[in-house]
Amino acid sequence: MNLSLRSIALAATLAATLGAAHAHNAWLLPSSTVLSKPDTISVDAAISNDLFVANHAAMRLENLQITAPDGSAVKAESEAKLKHRSVFDVNAALPGTYRIAVVNNGAFASWKDKATGQAKRARGTAESIAKDVPADAQDVVITQSIGRIETFVSVGKPSAPKAIGQGLELVASSGALTDLAKGEKSSFTLHVDGQPAKDLEVTVTAGNTQYRDALGELKLKTDAKGQFSVTWPAAGMYWIDASTKDGKTTLPQAKERRLSYAATVEVMP
Amino acid sequence: MQVRYSLAVPALAALFGAPVFAAGLGASIEVPRINASEYHRPYVAAWIERADNSVAATVAVWYDVRTKTNNPEGEGTKWLKDLRQWWRRTGRELEVPIDGVTGATKPAGKHQVALADAATAKLAPGAYKFVVEAAREVGGREVVTIPFQWPPAKTDQQSASGSTELGEIKLELKP
Repeated sequence: MNLSLRSIALAATLAATLGAAHAHNAWLLPSSTVLSKPDTISVDAAISNDLFVANHAAMRLENLQITAPDGSAVKAESEAKLKHRSVFDVNAALPGTYRIAVVNNGAFASWKDKATGQAKRARGTAESIAKDVPADAQDVVITQSIGRIETFVSVGKPSAPKAIGQGLELVASSGALTDLAKGEKSSFTLHVDGQPAKDLEVTVTAGNTQYRDALGELKLKTDAKGQFSVTWPAAGMYWIDASTKDGKTTLPQAKERRLSYAATVEVMP
Repeated sequence: MQVRYSLAVPALAALFGAPVFAAGLGASIEVPRINASEYHRPYVAAWIERADNSVAATVAVWYDVRTKTNNPEGEGTKWLKDLRQWWRRTGRELEVPIDGVTGATKPAGKHQVALADAATAKLAPGAYKFVVEAAREVGGREVVTIPFQWPPAKTDQQSASGSTELGEIKLELKP
């Protein structure tokens, strides 16, 4: 499970399901988010408690998707998985905003073995999970998950990245995702499957958590239009995180779908 | 005064000790002398902002105009984004170089910049800000703002001073 979920309640349910609690944050850390000419940026990708300190586990990059402003897919360069973090380069050649995302869509199942009564579990994709569960299994619970960890970088004038329309995603309602400045108010909209996600909890946490005593994260809630606003207290890298669940599964056996989202954005002084 | 315009003009300026333009806006931007073991001339942008922070005109941008072919450190446009405020307000919408606006970085000293009458003619009457931003490699960044009314009622001179990366900024208004 690569998803990062700060919510204790959700982590607890996951722990019950997966037998492993991941209260860690999954994050991408771009070396730059604003470029005045085409350039290559480096991105760190890791899972850790401290933002953005690579002190726990490297992120798997199998599901890395980089999208250029024109919608074309860009291949990461110099990809490497180190002990505590993964790294890769993105050659940002076109004017506009690039979306750099690690998308984890999957499914997990838990059941009781009919013969022994032992609890069993499996992880896989929505397509494969049904095959992992024996036909005679009892108390089968299948849950789908859809998670997105992303960041943005703009060359020249930012553009609005094309909406994904699937799972949880963040859309800038004022300005651009790479156009944030200290003291200014920025508005965002959270979408679930392209529709505004209302009354959803969002946390906004400044990086460098290791250098302060209190986490000091902003706990916000989206309004009826799925919107929330942040007035940036200081410059730096920020992590925006939200998660939810619903019953909109694509797999008939799955009753629940868990959605999570995390974005890293840079606030300029 | 380290001037960059034709010889006749400073002679006139010396004679009258007054702005060297006929009518409109002129400014003098001082790049301060900074004692640093590694000194690079700052990138400087000067522009005119409306009350709502939208940009009416970019007056000057001084940056490392060398290109990849003659600069071992790569294109100087890479660091234009470090003029952060100018970059957000208008820089990222522009294509450099711009005739009569962009130029090479300047040494320490006072530099005269003048807005062509054609540009000031485009300014609608109202409140404006003259903004100067400087960003220096391995140094700091500073923004100095001078508010003014356009058109000016009388010949006027306003000034403001930066404390680190900019020296005295003078704005000269002439009806």
